[in-house]
Amino acid sequence: MDSVVQLSREQMRADLPDFRPGDTVEVHVRIVEGDKERIQVFKGVVIRKRGALTGATFTVRKVSYGVGVERIFPLHSPNIERIVVLSRGRVRRSRLYYLRQRSGKAARLKEKRTATG
Amino acid sequence: MLNGIIGRKIGMTRIFEADGQSVPVTVIEAGPCFVVQKKLTATDGYEAVQLGFARRSLAKANKPERGHLEKHGSKSAFEVLKEMRVADAGAFEEGQEITVEQFAIGERVTITGTSKGKGFQGTVKRHGFRRGPMSHGSMSHRAPGSIGASAFPSRVIKGKRLPGHMGNERVTVKNLEIIDVRPEDNLLVVKGAVPGPRQGIVLIRKAG
Repeated sequence: MDSVVQLSREQMRADLPDFRPGDTVEVHVRIVEGDKERIQVFKGVVIRKRGALTGATFTVRKVSYGVGVERIFPLHSPNIERIVVLSRGRVRRSRLYYLRQRSGKAARLKEKRTATG
Repeated sequence: MLNGIIGRKIGMTRIFEADGQSVPVTVIEAGPCFVVQKKLTATDGYEAVQLGFARRSLAKANKPERGHLEKHGSKSAFEVLKEMRVADAGAFEEGQEITVEQFAIGERVTITGTSKGKGFQGTVKRHGFRRGPMSHGSMSHRAPGSIGASAFPSRVIKGKRLPGHMGNERVTVKNLEIIDVRPEDNLLVVKGAVPGPRQGIVLIRKAG
């Protein structure tokens, strides 16, 4: 195997759940302030996943006090404590930039129908 | 003690430190190299060892090269033969193996390679000149501008930076930190970029 791929694989995290654009997730981020460490939760819709190997990132969008906030996380960063998938959205594209133009009711996503049910 | 090795650039990736900091790294397949020839002050006027990297069949080497290798008792030919200066070449043996084990994590190295060729480039890309205005009637977009005065000196000063061939030249990057050493795969992982394309041959020397 390509040694770059091999070396990167060792760095990659296998403990994270599988999620896709459209899913609503909670990202638990480890934040170090001085010598104290705490966990901050960022909850929103995944609007993009990009990249491969250790360079992969994903973008989570939420609306906070009426202001749209997007945060890009490195997928394999050790600062991500865990990711919780809250719901799976039914979407038809991989980049959900159109959500930026929508607000309120229009920005909702339908939940994906799963086999269990 | 030899303080260098020949390697092949494999590619780049990134690695996370424990605190979450992402570090860009270059992976280099370094060695194993073999001492082909010792150059001694008595016979050659200086002290050096000739290293061979990337073994290949003797049949692939041309006749003069095969003769040279056979003379020094090498059983295989190499894709790369390179000399490295040492303080005392007598301390080495022909056929001696040089591996990445000489490097330790945290050490600094100097890496020399041949940069990617960029072809014939203008002054903006080649020398970082500023370009002219792109609009408002300007026609001097990426032109080099004035290259000197007229009647005196009536010629262009030597060394004037002008368009020309860029890249494909020997480039040395100093003080790269070693992030990881894998003797089992002959891999060296250094922080930052290294000159040249993937699969390019690089020379790694200990800094300082």
